[in-house]
Amino acid sequence: MLNPKLKLNPKIFDEDIEEVPIRNGFGEGLLFLGSKNDDVVALSADLAESTRVEEFAKKYPERFIEVGVAEQNMATIAAGLGVSGKIPFIASYATFSPGRNYEQIRTTIAYNNSNVKIAGHHAGVSVGPDGATHQATEDVAIMRVMPNMKVFVPCDAIEAKKATIAAASINGPVYLRFGREKSAVITTEDTPFNPGTMEVFWESRKPQAAIIVSGLLLRNALLAAKELEKEKINVLVLNSPSIKPIDEKKIKEVAEKTGAIITVEEHQISGGLGGAVAEVLAKRKPVPVEFVGMKDTFGESGSPADLIEKYGMGIKDIKEAVRQAIARKS
Amino acid sequence: MVPIHDEKLKYLEETANKIREKIIEMLLEAGSGHSAGPLGMADIFTAFYFHILKHDPKNPFWPDRDRLVLSNGHICPVLYATLAYAGYFPLEELYTLRKINSRLQGHPHRGSLPGVETTSGPLGSGLSQAIGMALAARMDRKKYRVYCLMSDGEHDEGNVWEAVMFAGKNKLSNLTVVMDRNNIQIDGFTENVMPLEPLREKYESFNWHVLEIDGHNMEELVFAVSEAEAIYEKPTLIIAHTIPGKGVSFMERDFTWHGKPPNKEEAKEALSELRTLGRRIKSEHE
Repeated sequence: MLNPKLKLNPKIFDEDIEEVPIRNGFGEGLLFLGSKNDDVVALSADLAESTRVEEFAKKYPERFIEVGVAEQNMATIAAGLGVSGKIPFIASYATFSPGRNYEQIRTTIAYNNSNVKIAGHHAGVSVGPDGATHQATEDVAIMRVMPNMKVFVPCDAIEAKKATIAAASINGPVYLRFGREKSAVITTEDTPFNPGTMEVFWESRKPQAAIIVSGLLLRNALLAAKELEKEKINVLVLNSPSIKPIDEKKIKEVAEKTGAIITVEEHQISGGLGGAVAEVLAKRKPVPVEFVGMKDTFGESGSPADLIEKYGMGIKDIKEAVRQAIARKS
Repeated sequence: MVPIHDEKLKYLEETANKIREKIIEMLLEAGSGHSAGPLGMADIFTAFYFHILKHDPKNPFWPDRDRLVLSNGHICPVLYATLAYAGYFPLEELYTLRKINSRLQGHPHRGSLPGVETTSGPLGSGLSQAIGMALAARMDRKKYRVYCLMSDGEHDEGNVWEAVMFAGKNKLSNLTVVMDRNNIQIDGFTENVMPLEPLREKYESFNWHVLEIDGHNMEELVFAVSEAEAIYEKPTLIIAHTIPGKGVSFMERDFTWHGKPPNKEEAKEALSELRTLGRRIKSEHE
């Protein structure tokens, strides 16, 4: 059952669940921050509308900076702003930022410890028809290995708003990852969001495995858990919007409790959430792990649903991964 | 800004010469690093830290200080020596350059050493960071000015031109760039590796105000910086023509000295030349 303490959306399992693009939450969070803190500044590299910076730009034109199609310049200008008392948010597609401007982020934001927030949009294959050039599936890996950087991957628009607001109160660089397509609203305004923690969203009695998810595949994981329960396979589903820092304590706890872990993310299975969880398990509680995500391949054009299916991140794939992880338990 | 009077000029020239000596000693001690660029920029750094900048070495994070961003971080021996003479940290610490547990990293790191405004070394990203600082000053209605010291070679980087375009668009008149036009980079002369000329016209077409000076004439630099301050609605580029390796005859204009330190013998010879030069500065002004 859904964890009642978290006050999740009661319609999670309904066909007509409300769907909102995760990126909308970023736009709302930014707008909220704009009204609360005069030092919050937003930068766009010619993508103000689709990265949802537009409303902020209209309301606070004196704090909006348009750099044109120049992600390297955007990152480095933000680095200068961030060491001069500002809280700059830079927004682009994740394949370009932090993709193209990786070194600028490394030297001038992370090593400089400049107070810059990087919003990477169009994450995962669910970007859809634009194809692999615009589908970021390596961004979490390259940001997670960056010293001084924190990494948040919200599961829906409401959590995205909370993560954006939380990022502004952290002194130092933060990477935020957002999906493009409309996706199910899982949480509510009352659901807690605490950087560095993960929460059990779904629990069954005597769980045999724990599914740890970040991002919009959370709903697939919850649907898989519900189906598995009918098949007498009980699992936990945890939402981990904070990939760095990661909730080591909770990972150890659920590994001890269930003895098998499955990670689910719209990202390469190496280096992202799966990598982060496996690192913790290897050190603190080695148990069988199965990884659902992109398997060392690029995406392609197609509808988001077809792509999620084709690249092995659908409900049936999650269920299969659970069965395999349980079967490997000694 | 006040012009440099005779007495001050003598002091500045002596200081620049001492900084050159220190650069040679530091590089010898470190056993690696760049020689030509730091020597070539000693006069400009001296003029900035001992005449132009509004700064307080005892309060390096004074919010209203002028910012000096060194974009081509590899010439940091000259930055470090100048900062030490200006009083940011003890002179003895200069000999820890590039050694374990030192605040004097091989390329400058913001946060390690007081007075270092930004991390640099990877080329072509100093100007945009200076732009960020200039934008912040404008938003906060602060009067401080931002100076970015760049190399000519780093103008091969695309990021530089993104920044040049942006500063022109935004009429960043509180931003001044001083380009070390010494014509050399690692693989040879700039005009052979990747021609940069016509530099003046390139910047002018991006809506910058452009001045050219002899980079070893501190009076010219001060005059140009004053003019830049007076220019409204445009950022200014000062192309400073410098001699790489300036002050050490066998290093001057030789690109092989771009990225290596002197050995013991070479350092001895270099120091002897610089000391002779120092005595001459003293006597000329007397």
